[in-house]
Amino acid sequence: MTRHNGYLSFTRLRAQFVKEVLSILRDPRSRMVVFMPPLLQLLVFAFAATLEVRNVDIAVHNQDAGRWSHELIARLDRADFITQVYRVTDGQELGRLIDQGEVIAALDIQPDFSRAIAAGDSGRIQLLIDGRRSNSGQITASYLSAIAAEVGAEANPGTGPATPVAVRNWFNPNLTYRWFIVPGLSGILAFFSALLITSLSIARERELGTFDQLLVSPTSTPEIILSKSLPALVIGTMLGLLMMAAAAGPFRIPFNGSFALLFVSLVLFILSVVGIGLMISAISATQQQAILGAFAIGVPSVLMSGFATPVENMPMLLQWLAQAIPLTHFLVIVEGSFLKAMAPGDIFASLWPLAMIALVSLTMATIFVRGRLQ
Amino acid sequence: MNGAGGSRTDLQAMRRFDPKRLWALVFKESLQAMRDPSTLLIAFALPVVLLLLFSYAVSLDVRAVRIGVVQESESASAQSLAAAFAGTRYLDVTFAHDRREVADQVVSGDLRGFVVIPQDFEQRLADRGTRPLVQIIADGSQPNTANYVTNYAQGVVQTWRGGLDGETPRAAVTMEPRYWFNAELESRRALVPGAIAIVMTIIGTMLTALVVAREWERGTMEAVLSTPASVAEILIGKLLPYFALGMLATLGATALAVFVFGVPLRGSLAALLLLSATFMVPALGQGLLISSVTRNQFLAAQIALFSGFLPAFMLSGFLYEIDAMPAPIRAITWAIPARYFVSSLKTVFLAGDIWAVFVPNLLAMGAIGVLFFLLAKRATRKNLE
Amino acid sequence: MPPATAPQEQNGDVAVVIDRLSKHFGSAPALQDLSAQISYGRLTGLVGPDGAGKTTLMRILTGLLVPNSGHARVAGFDVVDDNDAIHVATGYMPQRFGLYEDLSVMENMRLYAQLRGMAADGHADLFAQLLDFTRLAPFTGRLAGKLSGGMKQKLGLACALMARPAVLLLDEPGVGVDPVSRQDLWRMVQALTDEGMAVVWSTAYLDEAERCDSVLLLNEGRLAYDGPPGELTARLTSRSFRLEQVGERRRAVLAEVLSLDSVGDGVIQGAGVRVVLRADAGTEQISALADRVGAQLKAVPARFEDAFIDLLGGGPGGTSALAEGMPPVELASDVAVSCRDLTKRFGDFTATDMVSFEVRKGEIFGLLGPNGAGKSTTFKMLCGLLKPTSGEAQVVGLDLRRATGAAKGQLGYMAQKFSLYGLLSVRQNLEFSAGVYGLKGAARQARIDEMIDIFGLQPWLSAAPESLPLGVRQRLALACAVMHRPPVLFLDEPTSGVDPITRREFWTHINGLARKGVTVMVTTHFMDEAEYCDRVAMLYRARLIALDTPDALKRSAVSDLRPDPTMEDAFIHLVEAEDRADEARSGVAA
Repeated sequence: MTRHNGYLSFTRLRAQFVKEVLSILRDPRSRMVVFMPPLLQLLVFAFAATLEVRNVDIAVHNQDAGRWSHELIARLDRADFITQVYRVTDGQELGRLIDQGEVIAALDIQPDFSRAIAAGDSGRIQLLIDGRRSNSGQITASYLSAIAAEVGAEANPGTGPATPVAVRNWFNPNLTYRWFIVPGLSGILAFFSALLITSLSIARERELGTFDQLLVSPTSTPEIILSKSLPALVIGTMLGLLMMAAAAGPFRIPFNGSFALLFVSLVLFILSVVGIGLMISAISATQQQAILGAFAIGVPSVLMSGFATPVENMPMLLQWLAQAIPLTHFLVIVEGSFLKAMAPGDIFASLWPLAMIALVSLTMATIFVRGRLQ
Repeated sequence: MNGAGGSRTDLQAMRRFDPKRLWALVFKESLQAMRDPSTLLIAFALPVVLLLLFSYAVSLDVRAVRIGVVQESESASAQSLAAAFAGTRYLDVTFAHDRREVADQVVSGDLRGFVVIPQDFEQRLADRGTRPLVQIIADGSQPNTANYVTNYAQGVVQTWRGGLDGETPRAAVTMEPRYWFNAELESRRALVPGAIAIVMTIIGTMLTALVVAREWERGTMEAVLSTPASVAEILIGKLLPYFALGMLATLGATALAVFVFGVPLRGSLAALLLLSATFMVPALGQGLLISSVTRNQFLAAQIALFSGFLPAFMLSGFLYEIDAMPAPIRAITWAIPARYFVSSLKTVFLAGDIWAVFVPNLLAMGAIGVLFFLLAKRATRKNLE
Repeated sequence: MPPATAPQEQNGDVAVVIDRLSKHFGSAPALQDLSAQISYGRLTGLVGPDGAGKTTLMRILTGLLVPNSGHARVAGFDVVDDNDAIHVATGYMPQRFGLYEDLSVMENMRLYAQLRGMAADGHADLFAQLLDFTRLAPFTGRLAGKLSGGMKQKLGLACALMARPAVLLLDEPGVGVDPVSRQDLWRMVQALTDEGMAVVWSTAYLDEAERCDSVLLLNEGRLAYDGPPGELTARLTSRSFRLEQVGERRRAVLAEVLSLDSVGDGVIQGAGVRVVLRADAGTEQISALADRVGAQLKAVPARFEDAFIDLLGGGPGGTSALAEGMPPVELASDVAVSCRDLTKRFGDFTATDMVSFEVRKGEIFGLLGPNGAGKSTTFKMLCGLLKPTSGEAQVVGLDLRRATGAAKGQLGYMAQKFSLYGLLSVRQNLEFSAGVYGLKGAARQARIDEMIDIFGLQPWLSAAPESLPLGVRQRLALACAVMHRPPVLFLDEPTSGVDPITRREFWTHINGLARKGVTVMVTTHFMDEAEYCDRVAMLYRARLIALDTPDALKRSAVSDLRPDPTMEDAFIHLVEAEDRADEARSGVAA
């Protein structure tokens, strides 16, 4: 006979915890699928996700036979970000190359280019840019303008300071995009893993019929929620730590903040994700519903979290909504900890919303599980 | 109907591909799909949400970046420059007199950078270019935003100074940029096609992987395999409804993009549909392959997430430029059907029917699709071993 | 691909030829060198204990598995070479039939009709006939997932019967089907064999096997017997007896009987105990025992089940190690389970209607009724899994819906549906159950070891439950339910689909536990199992129509035609009487 009178029993909790961990990790295929892909993805995406422009091809239609156009083209040939400069003899060809996406930009150097420069006037270049690649197109245009300005400066040294300002980038002097993307990616990958694991947990037991067995046992609803939270919490946190270790190690991203605070934040972050996952799971009748529900929540969460583009660019309404997304707050903390040495006070400002989300979502999940017992 | 043992010719005739059986399977699958609220959520609600987000939330066009302007000098020129900053609609300026006031705000993320107008500003102005006029500090932890801060701030200073001289000396070389296809440079126009690719990947790969894995899990596959229906009929019957669902979602998303969000459709609808239909081949094939190998919904979901959805998001070129990736990763993107789809979609929406772009993409998607199907067929042999 | 050469003419009336068939999974043999024939126009039973290879053989015959060696021809087609034709010539109903739970009854039937090449329309007659046959006509719009177990089974059969295949293979169609529905199934199959169809019916229910024209008895992948069931039964002549009127002491008597070395098998039958002697054993021991307990020893005709158990070397012993190791149960109240006016409605459908009863401490209380009568709903309300629409349900004086963990620990529950964790091994399932019921430390380990020992789980400890034979799986489920020694045990169809030997083992444990004072609530479809109960509550159309001892229920069904009715007769009698009463009532109302 059992003699547990308490609401929470350690023995019961431990049994359920072991069960949950085994459900996820006993099958070697699951083990692989839980740990390997996120690490691989981190590696691939770290290099893939960049808003810099590199390895592009451009086309030049030079109608000018003078010195300055040759100088310009020579500089284009030497430019790091350009792989190949196509020289074409026909204006139509420029259009075709842009149309077909073979080049991102095309320069049409006007016939009087060198003459105008020699006369102290302005040499004109028409620049065609592929607007389908709007962002990289703009960046390419600015790179090309800088090259044109260098040519201009050489031709006419008296045209004032090229830079009336001094620029310094704090935290990331060379604006290496990877320094921004890798800490954020570790958050996103841990987010998806934890969300999928938890959103399936209750739905799977319900679909396979073991949930009834659990409900007739002495275990209480808080115990069920707790035991379903812990394994995902441990796995999600481990994944997050592994990926952050990769960021600080092989990726050589400077870590300036407090590890203890980041760790606490990571745990709270995963816990709030777990809460949301359990909410989805508690209202889903089948595993399919749970997985699709997780996607319907997860994908917009990533988009609104500030990972792709800053939260402050969004309309007010969405900015408020973004506050309810754990990832939003965690991204601030993880980026602040890696590059910025963010002050504890600033971290707490993002930490308490995480705690709130965790509290609310776990409470809701408990209520939903109870509510399903008609 | 005869009792025992139909005649031999009957039996053989029944084994051939039978449209009626196929229709029965399609009808069944459609009923199941329509009855599950989660299918409808993914096929119809998610595209709307994604389009909304791509239109309003995920904008690569930065507006109203919060920066600080530190006025260390109180001179008239400094006041005038500060006023110029206040007047820009791209910047949301906080004024300060000491750089320590704003430095902390950059660390906490409240400001994305600041401009220092130094004490000796008047003198620097008089020196005409030997020393920089102002200092710009940007928050490098968000490189993209940092670039914008620098560019905008620089632009403000240049314009202000140009206005001061009355006439700027003419640059020796002027570029006259023209952006084809997207003169307004709205990033939403480039992102909406990506949204369609994402939704199609979720429906094609994720949903398909789940529904086929569910049949294995629940044992219905065994019952259907024991009927005269052939493997081809079963698989096509399974996929056709999701193919249709994907096409419907594409049409809905396109209508929304064109009529509500003002994205142009410069190519033909026929080309768009052909491209989408072709993309569904590898998407469905991948889903089928995943489910045939795993036969378990949890594994199928995880693998579909990491092999289908995330690559479509990160490696298809809709958010991040493929050209800018290192060579090994560029090589990986060749195997990702979404890359061909995204590139074609951008063209069909923004440029028009450029078959020189479409044909290679169609061929690539078709080839990857056929490969997936061949592998899936090997994995779903008509027995239970 | 159609077969390249036309198969040879059907060899007389032989539908299936099995020729030295072997199949193994990994290193485990499932079928070994099996040869047999199955004829058209006959019902062939495929019987054997769990894990004997019945399902493997079925799957090979329907072309879903490829044998490692040997051949099989079905309706003239080779199962490997003419695989496509096999699927046309055969109808197959798998054990876990593939009904689409989110499709309605009618939609499922249409789907399988069309998959079997029948036009969607023009089969109104056949559909009507099948619906009538299966008594599913009132439920055509209901989703298959919402049907009761037996209704699902009948729908599965209806689907397998579409297009009248030449050979019909049914894998355990009787599992989870009540006697009334089972009669329907028999009627359907009879009609089919009369038309000339070959029907193969795999079963662990031996009363079913007895009704087959011929049986193939498999044991450990080998053919143990091939022929009419009567011939096997005849070998047992004058070895079956019944100890009459043992009454209250029958459980003790059974235990004693089974400890005799001359006895091969014994079961409780109402107030009596049925005994089968071992081959060449005399009646001395059993007569002596009969005299001692003051019971009358009466020779009774042998049953197929007797022969089956005998062929497999006799049943298990009569003592339950499980019960032996358990202290007597103390309960504050003499009433262990009670319910009053218990009612549950789903929308306008009433699943349980004003049911009241009390179960005394130490009683074995059976809940019987046709599929869909409300047994499981009543059960779930008692356990606190469903909230009653009105009325009360109490276990050990508590409403389990509001009870604390400690109160729930008084209950052991074994669900009807397979409810073990498929992703955990056998040992891990045991450890989980121990933990979730609060067992810890050395006690936990000792109890787990005890369960492994009692239920013979040692060889399976690291296997996944799904890979186990059904009998072992049910043993594991029972072990998980009783490990914490609950004073009240709820068993929802614990022996469904389990072979007779394992069933005897289960009942040995149940009897032993009851003797220690454990209260057992059990639902079952096996009418002979109803005889093991102290009292039986009969549910029909959501209402309690009878509540009495098995013998009293049987007596109520005595008629001139049936002077000695079985429990099954009693059941059908009660149900029919209720139907007539219903008609009379509605007649009056009209």
